[in-house]
Amino acid sequence: MSFLPKPKLHHPGLLPNALGYTRRDYEGAISTLCAGCGHDSISAAIVHACFQMDLPPHRIAKLSGIGCSSKTPTYFLGSSHGFNSVHGRMPSVLTGANLANRDLIYLGVSGDGDSASIGLGQFAHSMRRGVNMVYIVENNGVYGLTKGQFSATADKGAKSKRGVANNDEAIDLVSMAIQLGASFVGRSFSGDKAQLVPLIQAALAHPGAAFIDCISPCVTFNNHQGSTKSFDYVREHNEAVNMLDVITGRDEITVDYAPGAVEIVEQHDGSLLRLRKLAGDYDVSSRAEALGFLQHHHAKGEIVTGLLYRDPEPEEMHSYLKTTATPLNELTEATLCPGSAALERLNASLR
Amino acid sequence: MLQVVKPVDGLVRVNDFVVKFANVNGSGSASANQMFGKAILRMGVPVATRNIFPSNIQGLPTWYEIRVSEAGYMGAREGTELMVAMNPQTWDQDIASILPGGYLFYDSSRVVPENRLRSDIIIIGMPLTELCNRAYTDPRQRQLFKNIIYVGAIAALLDIGLEVLETLIAEQFKAKEKLISANIQALHMGRDYAQTHLQCPIGLRVRRSNAVGDRIAIEGNAAAGLGAVYGGATVAAWYPITPSTSLVEGFQKYCTRFRVDPQTGAHNFAIVQAEDELSSIGMVIGASWNGARAFTATSGPGISLMQEFFGLAYFAEIPAVIFDVQRAGPSTGMPTRTQQCDVLACAYASHGDTKHVLLFPEDPYECFTFGAQAFDLADRLQTPVFVLLDLDIGMNERLTRPLVWDDSKKMDRGKVMTAEELEAGKDFGRYLDVDGDGITYRTYPGTHPTRGSFFTRGTSKDRYARYTELGSAYEDNMQRLLRKFATAATLVPAPVVRPASRSTKLGVIYYGSTAAAMLEAADLLAGEGIELDLMRVRAFPFSDIVNGFIEAHEKVFVVEQNRDAQLRTLLVNELEIDPARLPKILHYDGSPITARQIAEKIKGHPSLTARSFERSAS
Repeated sequence: MSFLPKPKLHHPGLLPNALGYTRRDYEGAISTLCAGCGHDSISAAIVHACFQMDLPPHRIAKLSGIGCSSKTPTYFLGSSHGFNSVHGRMPSVLTGANLANRDLIYLGVSGDGDSASIGLGQFAHSMRRGVNMVYIVENNGVYGLTKGQFSATADKGAKSKRGVANNDEAIDLVSMAIQLGASFVGRSFSGDKAQLVPLIQAALAHPGAAFIDCISPCVTFNNHQGSTKSFDYVREHNEAVNMLDVITGRDEITVDYAPGAVEIVEQHDGSLLRLRKLAGDYDVSSRAEALGFLQHHHAKGEIVTGLLYRDPEPEEMHSYLKTTATPLNELTEATLCPGSAALERLNASLR
Repeated sequence: MLQVVKPVDGLVRVNDFVVKFANVNGSGSASANQMFGKAILRMGVPVATRNIFPSNIQGLPTWYEIRVSEAGYMGAREGTELMVAMNPQTWDQDIASILPGGYLFYDSSRVVPENRLRSDIIIIGMPLTELCNRAYTDPRQRQLFKNIIYVGAIAALLDIGLEVLETLIAEQFKAKEKLISANIQALHMGRDYAQTHLQCPIGLRVRRSNAVGDRIAIEGNAAAGLGAVYGGATVAAWYPITPSTSLVEGFQKYCTRFRVDPQTGAHNFAIVQAEDELSSIGMVIGASWNGARAFTATSGPGISLMQEFFGLAYFAEIPAVIFDVQRAGPSTGMPTRTQQCDVLACAYASHGDTKHVLLFPEDPYECFTFGAQAFDLADRLQTPVFVLLDLDIGMNERLTRPLVWDDSKKMDRGKVMTAEELEAGKDFGRYLDVDGDGITYRTYPGTHPTRGSFFTRGTSKDRYARYTELGSAYEDNMQRLLRKFATAATLVPAPVVRPASRSTKLGVIYYGSTAAAMLEAADLLAGEGIELDLMRVRAFPFSDIVNGFIEAHEKVFVVEQNRDAQLRTLLVNELEIDPARLPKILHYDGSPITARQIAEKIKGHPSLTARSFERSAS
């Protein structure tokens, strides 16, 4: 349980980042999830990504809904404000938080039950609005905290631990996010840190609605033969379209690749994103191509991972709303209250 | 001769009568009718106007009621002195509502059979359709100018000079000369016809007065939206629902006027139309958690949908302002009819042990004042604050005191620990009560690099916001929330007491839009020798003054516009009053309560049949 104190040992070899923080400063309380849970790997990837990007932990706000995945924000970024809100409603709370202060970095953590079942509407509408955030679904296809019922992302025909097949069609959150207007969409696997960490970093650097569907096997209720969200199944059917590296000023580009196999794009925070293409000419800037590719490979039983869609010129909610550059929560009476003279004039117009 | 004159003595009334316009929804009559009401107001005579409309855009019956009252009674009143019957669908009921000796004005282009009329009223026919068909070729013009023509005719019948109406037309159409002259022409056409063919004036007169004083006319919803602007709200998240929609539209209108940077065009506000009410309140809570002032506006069904979030905001202690413009429920109920039926649903909203702060504005003035104050209360108390309007005050233009604002007033952001205080090492416990008022310090996200962060959750926690399921920590927290609620009772607007002219053992408690009818009812009853001490409750939790008032009286009538006496339930439950001491006076058919209804129910109440109270007291 999280009230057990976590040992605060600082390894003398832990190197600080550019802000002077060590990896430890990005960690949180000790996890209370099952040993081997995929979600803990995602927490570790978030810690790694934020540390490497030199993000000030207190400038990140982490929000979640309800469920195993939504408990995880306690286990990373201990110096950040966190909000474990209502089941399926993280997107609206995050949207409101973002409206109040556009200067923080928003990390929404959710699960497949939280986002694809009870919260499908809020998931969809937060993508439509272009909320500047990183929205991660830790997708294991089951309800863990209530002991193993199927969620809406469980594949049709997949078997539960008791051997019962799922009859309902699966919801593919990645396809939905692309269709609904998310400007950065990726899928990864909690067991593939090399792919996941740079994907999270690229999403954090993206100034718009970024969505990552991360397959994260449930070791207790959905890691058996017949499951399509088990470690073994995902490893066997993982069809990565690309691998990413985020190149910060400190790194040098040393490896040579065959021409056409690598694309380097400058991100909005100035860093470079190196895309190593693994699936021919997959074009990450085409919504239509991404959707066709996903359909095609889903029919073959494959799980497409990598950066699937990225809008090079994203827009976000505040630009639609024409909100002032100053965070709304910093505005004072002088800006907000029209005062008594204006009210007098208004009174006069109402007679 | 089109005018039918019967040998009936017409009612004679000066500055005290009701004109009712019966129209078809979507016919463009509303603005003409409103203009007529405003003209009387400009003559210095108070009017109470009500738009009675169906849940429909076009084709169903709608009424516009203008109560002219030099005495300033703003409540609805039964009976009509002058009925402008323009809707054949509602003809019979409209004719029936005319008081004996009253006047019927109708479109005589079509002959009305004798048996559909009454012999005890004055009948004034004018061939409006024929006149319009002769004057205009465009069907839409025929429809719209018909409304202006009857306004001109009625002005002549009531002996109202056209200058006021002409000024109003000029104001309404601003610089559009063509529209101004066309409308004025139609107005004259109506007046000229009436003066030539009808017996002008009738017994009803508007006489110039200065009873309006400096009062203004504004809808409660617009005033509440303006209150949110003055109260410093920057985030509004909402979902359209009658009768609350115009509140957010009001906020939008005044933000566009006052909150757009003239240089950059940047908006110092954000309004999001959410996908549903769950999302609206989620955004409000997210924004408030992050230090902005945020609100939503909704009605009963929206309140039901928001329940889970209200519990979170109560337990996690996040400010939120909710304007609930009440309408008749349950379910879709009567969405365009008024009631005070969400009192209990808001007071105890959500699962678990919860109690919420409620404010009850009586008119647009208080919609504005409470609309602004609600944000101070929500921040100070770190909890949801509900402002309970209803359709009657929300959607009708109401004569009200001029709005006032004290420029020296600063926003009360409540207990927010700053980066400097954290840096100086001040102990921060998110749920730690340091001074006994039950209210704890919070921090905004992003305040300090290493101090003051905490995890907000709906689960149980200790004083330092650490997750715990320890029973003692849970109870400690729940008890503190009760202390906080007791503090709230000292901060909310105090009740307003109006003592009777002589000592009495009878009292009345009422709230919100009932006020107008209640004050008039008290005058009616005083005229019959029944004296009542009045208390207008303006907020929940109840201040000690409410308890004291009930203690000081043998019986206290509780007047409400709902079936189940919801405020009385709160009084009984929270103050542990013997229910027998609180007789209920209820009205809940969807129409606004009237003075006569209140007066008759009080007079006929068994508590009064002995007629002993006021005598034994005096």
